[in-house]
Amino acid sequence: MMDEKLQSIVDPIKERFSALVYVYADEASLIIPPEMIVEACRVLRDEHHFELLVEETAVDYWPELKPRFHIVIRLRSLKHNLIIGMRVPLDGNFPSMPTLENVYPNANWFERELWDMFGIRFLGHSDLRRILMPHDWEGHPLRKDFPLGYEEPQYSFNFDEIDLRKPYAKE
Amino acid sequence: MTTMQEFEFPLMDGTLDGMTHLVSERAIEGDTVLLNMGPQHPSTHGVLRLLLELDGETVITCIPDVGFLHTGVEKNMEAKTYIKAEVMSDRLDYLNNLGNNLVYCLAIEKLTGLDVPVRAQAIRVILVELQRISSHLVWLGTHALDLAAMSVFLYCFREREIILDIFEMVSGQRMMTTYIRPGGLWRDVPDEFEQAVRQFLEAFPERIDQYESLLTKNPLFLQRTKGLGVMTQEDALRWGVTGPMLRASGLAHDLRIAQPYSGYEQYDFDIPTHTDGDTYARYVVRMEEMRQSIKIVQQALDKLPYGPVRSNNRKYVPPPRSELSTSMEAVIHHFKLWTEGFTPPKGSVYVGVESPRGELGVYLESDGGPKPYRIHWRTPSFMNLQTLPMLAKGNLVADLVALIGTADIVLGDVDR
Amino acid sequence: MGIEQKLGNMGIVTARLEDVINWSRTNAMWPMLFGLACCAIEMMSSQAANYDMSRFGMELMRASPRQSDLMIVAGRVSRKMAPVLRRLYDQMPEPKWVIAMGDCASCGGVFNNYAIVQGVDEVVPVDVYVAGCPPRPEALIHGILTLHEKVRGEHLKDYA
Repeated sequence: MMDEKLQSIVDPIKERFSALVYVYADEASLIIPPEMIVEACRVLRDEHHFELLVEETAVDYWPELKPRFHIVIRLRSLKHNLIIGMRVPLDGNFPSMPTLENVYPNANWFERELWDMFGIRFLGHSDLRRILMPHDWEGHPLRKDFPLGYEEPQYSFNFDEIDLRKPYAKE
Repeated sequence: MTTMQEFEFPLMDGTLDGMTHLVSERAIEGDTVLLNMGPQHPSTHGVLRLLLELDGETVITCIPDVGFLHTGVEKNMEAKTYIKAEVMSDRLDYLNNLGNNLVYCLAIEKLTGLDVPVRAQAIRVILVELQRISSHLVWLGTHALDLAAMSVFLYCFREREIILDIFEMVSGQRMMTTYIRPGGLWRDVPDEFEQAVRQFLEAFPERIDQYESLLTKNPLFLQRTKGLGVMTQEDALRWGVTGPMLRASGLAHDLRIAQPYSGYEQYDFDIPTHTDGDTYARYVVRMEEMRQSIKIVQQALDKLPYGPVRSNNRKYVPPPRSELSTSMEAVIHHFKLWTEGFTPPKGSVYVGVESPRGELGVYLESDGGPKPYRIHWRTPSFMNLQTLPMLAKGNLVADLVALIGTADIVLGDVDR
Repeated sequence: MGIEQKLGNMGIVTARLEDVINWSRTNAMWPMLFGLACCAIEMMSSQAANYDMSRFGMELMRASPRQSDLMIVAGRVSRKMAPVLRRLYDQMPEPKWVIAMGDCASCGGVFNNYAIVQGVDEVVPVDVYVAGCPPRPEALIHGILTLHEKVRGEHLKDYA
């Protein structure tokens, strides 16, 4: 199901980092532990010409704690016209991972967003601050145990009782 | 809801707590001026806050502060079924509504293995290319407005009204159409559609010539944009820049040709590139892209096949209303799809398309339930904005306005 | 009839003070540029040539709050942006009016979550709500004309 060119790149990486491969609908993802991810990215960038970091995001599998998060990384090679994915499993409620900023500088804002939304710390990052939420916000919104913040809609049958609760601005 | 007295933005009161590693040493001594180009500004194209460290008029450091339009779309989509969540996808990059719908539907179709009929694919291509033209028109209008060419703004919006009329004819809404659904389209195009698009195609190329006659050889425009914000190919790749910004630096990478989707391989068009990598080069690339879009729409309209516009797979696509009065299975499918929603198999996919700003991608992970377990939007403006501090170093404040325009950022894309 | 005709020929017009003040306020109401998201594009469209807003007196959009009368909150207001909105509203001099344009400014719109203020009337007092997502330029103009009618109905004894 995978492209032969992609297969020829996935196999040596699989051997070298003893990673599992997850395939779905002609896309390949390598599951790599956090200690080896920077080295794997460096190998892919220098030897196999994957120059572009397309995305670095995370998935939360709460209430399962081992692993709780999977960091999903996607790299694109413009020379070979291929795309390859990687997943890094992280455990626990305060996970941390080495930063990819030295390999791909544009991981800077991706990792800031992951810190803001998930609370994943990146060791060695130059500027780990909140990026999307206000700088004094508490909590990490995209975690599954953070509430959505759903407010009850005001229909005509409960118009008055919500009117009393809702904060309206005075002059 | 915080009260005004307690809330202070960083650097609003002149102190540098928490940000000293970002500015140069002269700022801490007080040698340079710290200026706040605040969230409400006529030239920032939305709510973008820039913290500038200035030495006279020259920018030494520029720190972007985003998040003023953060909408929590990714978390909100996790709480809605797939069809209901599509409504939110239009509102992310609000100049490229059909493009957002397209990438979301392509992700669902890849996840579930849905087929899309050829007529639906061709109409998708026509509408997405028209959307690309309208997005570039807004870019051109506002970019020129910032550089003090006001009549270009009025001309561009006049053309855009014609395209919005076509969208309204097709779907009933000018901007947030939600017309592209998983499995095809919402409904077939009316009979006046082809006539209206052909009329537009005949009139538009000379309009592009009009805009070019106003700007391309204009000495004021050339002085303000030539040589400004030069980005080399290596820099562009290191910073993850895609789209016209990358193509203006010389690399001919376009996802419509590299990894074609929705039938793009049948149409014949060029990828405009330029070698300089400065603001003027990006302007030339985007003007040429509008012409190529016209070419694609022409070919798609000529080859438009007949056939259905929605897939027959009733597990994911609701049946047409005419069937509901005759078939019991149609009623059951309709009921299940609108109450519980469809359930794709467990897995995760990534689909990237070429939006007017760069590579727009959706990472969709499903756990077998009716709601998306995790959806992440890889938006191009988020990455393109990261290059702004690097490009703005050493330039004047007035050049900063031109640089924000050339990056073509849409804050809904950046903040999601 | 008689005395007014005579006065009119001399170049004198009589009217109530209230009417004159309200007429001068509505005919040159300058909006402040506060376009946040998608509704801002429709606001720009209604300022452009097809649906011209300057025929109703809104020729320019002033960027500075100190020089404007009307704040059209166009787009979704996030929790990070709400203090900025209030600060800008406080900086506008009296008389000032607020139009909440679009569904997100009126009631939170499609987005019912932690990040969006559910209706901008939690932050500033609103005079006219314009519904739509985004409202058509004609709908925005209708909202502005409704505001003009509201202003014409204001009484001097309420604020003087």
